[in-house]
Amino acid sequence: MLRIVSSVSRPSSASLLAVANRRNIASTSARQADITLTVDGKEVTVPQGSALIQACEAAGSPVPRFCYHDRLAIAGNCRMCLVEVARAPKPIASCAMPAAAGSVVFTNTPLVHEAREGVMEFLLANHPLDCPICDQGGECDLQDQSIRYGSDRTRFHEIAGKRAVSNKDLGPIVKTSMNRCIQCTRCVRFANEVAGVEELGTTGRGNDLQIGMYVEKMMDSELSGNIIDLCPVGALTSKPYAFHARPWELKTTESIDVLDALGSNIRVDSRGVQVMRVQPRTNDDVNEEWISDKTRYAYDGLRFQRLTTPLVKGPDNRFVAASWPDALAAIAAGLNRTGASGNEIKAVAGHLADTEALVVLKDLVNRLGSDNLASDLAGKFGNAPPVHGVDIRSNYSFNSTIPGVENADAILLVGTNPRHEAAVLNSRIRKSWLRSELVVGMVGERADTTYGYEHLGQDAKALEKFLTGKPSGEFAQRWAKAERPMIIVGSAMAEHADGEAVFGMLARYVSGAGNRVVREDWNGFNVLQRVASRPALYEIGFVPSRAAASATPKFIYLLNADEVDPASIPANAFVVYQGHHGDRGAALADVCLPGAAYTEKGSTWVNTEGRSQLGRAAVPPPGAAREDWKIVRALAEVLGVNLPYDDLVGVRDRMWAISPSLVRWDGVERTSIEVAKAGLGSLSAIGKKPPGGGKMTLVVNNFYQTDVVSRASVTMAQCTRAFVTREKEELNSIGKEPLQAHA
Amino acid sequence: MFARLPRRLPRLSALSSRPISTTVPKRSDALFIHRDTTYNNPQIAFKFNPQNLKRAEEIISHYPPQYKKAAVIPLLDLGQRQNKGWTSISVMNYVAEILELPPMRVYEVATFYTMFNREPIGTNFVQVCTTTPCMLMGSTDILKTTCAHLGGLKPGETTKDGKFTVIEVECQGACSNAPMMAINDDFYEDLTPETTKAILDAFSRGEKPKPGPQSSRQTSENSAGLTALASKPYGPGEFCLPEFQ
Repeated sequence: MLRIVSSVSRPSSASLLAVANRRNIASTSARQADITLTVDGKEVTVPQGSALIQACEAAGSPVPRFCYHDRLAIAGNCRMCLVEVARAPKPIASCAMPAAAGSVVFTNTPLVHEAREGVMEFLLANHPLDCPICDQGGECDLQDQSIRYGSDRTRFHEIAGKRAVSNKDLGPIVKTSMNRCIQCTRCVRFANEVAGVEELGTTGRGNDLQIGMYVEKMMDSELSGNIIDLCPVGALTSKPYAFHARPWELKTTESIDVLDALGSNIRVDSRGVQVMRVQPRTNDDVNEEWISDKTRYAYDGLRFQRLTTPLVKGPDNRFVAASWPDALAAIAAGLNRTGASGNEIKAVAGHLADTEALVVLKDLVNRLGSDNLASDLAGKFGNAPPVHGVDIRSNYSFNSTIPGVENADAILLVGTNPRHEAAVLNSRIRKSWLRSELVVGMVGERADTTYGYEHLGQDAKALEKFLTGKPSGEFAQRWAKAERPMIIVGSAMAEHADGEAVFGMLARYVSGAGNRVVREDWNGFNVLQRVASRPALYEIGFVPSRAAASATPKFIYLLNADEVDPASIPANAFVVYQGHHGDRGAALADVCLPGAAYTEKGSTWVNTEGRSQLGRAAVPPPGAAREDWKIVRALAEVLGVNLPYDDLVGVRDRMWAISPSLVRWDGVERTSIEVAKAGLGSLSAIGKKPPGGGKMTLVVNNFYQTDVVSRASVTMAQCTRAFVTREKEELNSIGKEPLQAHA
Repeated sequence: MFARLPRRLPRLSALSSRPISTTVPKRSDALFIHRDTTYNNPQIAFKFNPQNLKRAEEIISHYPPQYKKAAVIPLLDLGQRQNKGWTSISVMNYVAEILELPPMRVYEVATFYTMFNREPIGTNFVQVCTTTPCMLMGSTDILKTTCAHLGGLKPGETTKDGKFTVIEVECQGACSNAPMMAINDDFYEDLTPETTKAILDAFSRGEKPKPGPQSSRQTSENSAGLTALASKPYGPGEFCLPEFQ
């Protein structure tokens, strides 16, 4: 029975825009006055409205806690954070107490020690003594804090006396062991506030209180893995990682996720040559501290279907393992045999191509005299220059920036479902929707977004009607008055027959609205990319020229291109596939070159905002696989093309020459307002024809399998069965969990 | 002196050893998760009848529209009354639907409050109070009598004919008339084993005995007769100056 921010007053039905009626429980005024108080004899100044625990933190006095979490509502039910406040009759739960000016706080007195010890004793009264077989061991808050703050002896001697709670089946990702639960309700608050799964809660009361869904149901959320990190004990642990490693055996590498275009900051934990797990890393500008389940669990796909050695197709159309020199020579021979020249040489960049490799490949192809640089956009769109152009970055980027979502007061989604295209961004929209008066409108196929929205139509005609007509309805009224309106165009619009029309009409609308959408302090025109490589692709200009787009290729180089349309590859063309998985792309190839996956190379990734970030190698590539840019560089040598760099520093110098922001890691370079407006001006010129009216369909139908890594992943396949195709998961039912095949 | 030593030693060791099981494991009386059964699953339809629907609308109108969820307890109670005294999963889902709440928010409420019965009960729901004042006044006998009279039930069980369910409850707030039991919505107070049997018999015949104290006293007046205010209360004007009489 929590007091949580709930969407109760905002059901995702048609009546959801009864905004005037809505009041939030947590709507503190934004008064930023600072107050000063004394903690352990140290004066600290904190913003008014901070919790006492934050003030203690600021004073450098650690306060133990279980239920308190920075990013969740305050519950105040574990009582571990008791502190002594002068002139208060009792110890005070510092998480639920606002810091008051002038109060004198002690965190290190006998009273506090005794209080903590007592709380610890009660928490442990019902906690099983199964640390040796608990997966949380080594990173368990309860374990650590009972060592630090608990009593060194027990007064409980019951053998049959501990509470027993049945385990819940939350799906293929979260393993539950509910006996260990200490009812901190972090998972419940996360599910309700952040993930938008309002199915998790607490049932019963007192000693019988338990976490669950009451009915037998799985936790259908693309963010469910985060509750594993949030759980301070071993009640919620990771099913795919169960009993695979202990935290102290793991090597930690800070890296970047590439399975969507958000560039979530991750920590790759590896043991030897295997990635054991992926965990989020805090970055308030990108992913706060959440990551999606795909980011977290697709890593087991890195173990299967890998290309470990160069492969050359023999005369009987079967791949034969080859050495690197032979494979590269076979490519050179293939290029000669086809006689491809100029734009007949085509390179196709796929979802998981890193920036370094793209730069080197572009240089190689350009030096071979070709401009035919395609990407694996759906259908014919990959072979043509993208509708939004690549000359001005703000035309294809998420210009408001990800934290900027929280400032918007009206969001118009066009042909996108952020929940599946950028799950963590979606949680930001939900957060803002819960805490502010944000309204959301959507043009496109209906989807469950975890927040309410007004559906404005399914096609470009509906969008045109909304932008140029006199729309009625709650959203239109709020949109007209919005101070920070935000348009989010899905990347799928660049692959839609009406793409030109959509981009054109939006650009004309934004340009026509003067300073309303784009001005010095606010750029509300956003394109949400869903594929990690594309922002970099556009940034370096990896797009075909108009002339190249019409050429018939004779030699095709697929760089991680697995979504490429097989029909776009002429039967007599010589095809090279470079990538890390034997998937669709490799099946089309004459020569396969094994590249490194994102956990195996140090490379630059540009996210949808245009933020370049540095991924780091956690494990070596398997077998004979090599870093991608090196493969292309070596091939250039064999083809007799001279590329002016031999090492990574040289490649990055080249990237600097192309676009300095590529190597200014971690920052977003804003497009200046004049340039952004010029970009919109150039977009305004396109798509003047009336739209065809094709439905804007959802581009991600199965969130769990969108690229080669997630398609090869066992866990993602189980998630697909559980949440997408909804097959009965016999293998994962409680009590008969088999060891994973890759254990 | 030494001769006494062997006799003392075992005693000492007995003191330092602890029995293995010193406390009875505390088990809850109900499940706090739902398992589908033939009589309780979401496929069983439930809807308010027209009178209750009207009543529900009236209850909802007591609260501001954005706090419609405040009506969850009264609506669950209404649903429980319509559903033969127990709150099935369908009742909870239906209440959630009416109040536009995620069903889990309703489950939380329904499992928190013990007066929502999440398993079917008999026609007459006998709740015997056994908290301290009632216990001092002999509620143990009342409970025993009730259970024995209904065919040897244990608290929490329902008779085979489905007429009675007996449970032990905590204080009902009728301590001045202890011992007491509540049957359905009425309190039967000042019980003795005999009156208890008489009440239960009446219920099993389908009658409804008069609620309240089963002794001769009025409500909760002193059982020893009046000790104060025993004289005739004076009327208007009495003892006043003649002009006011």
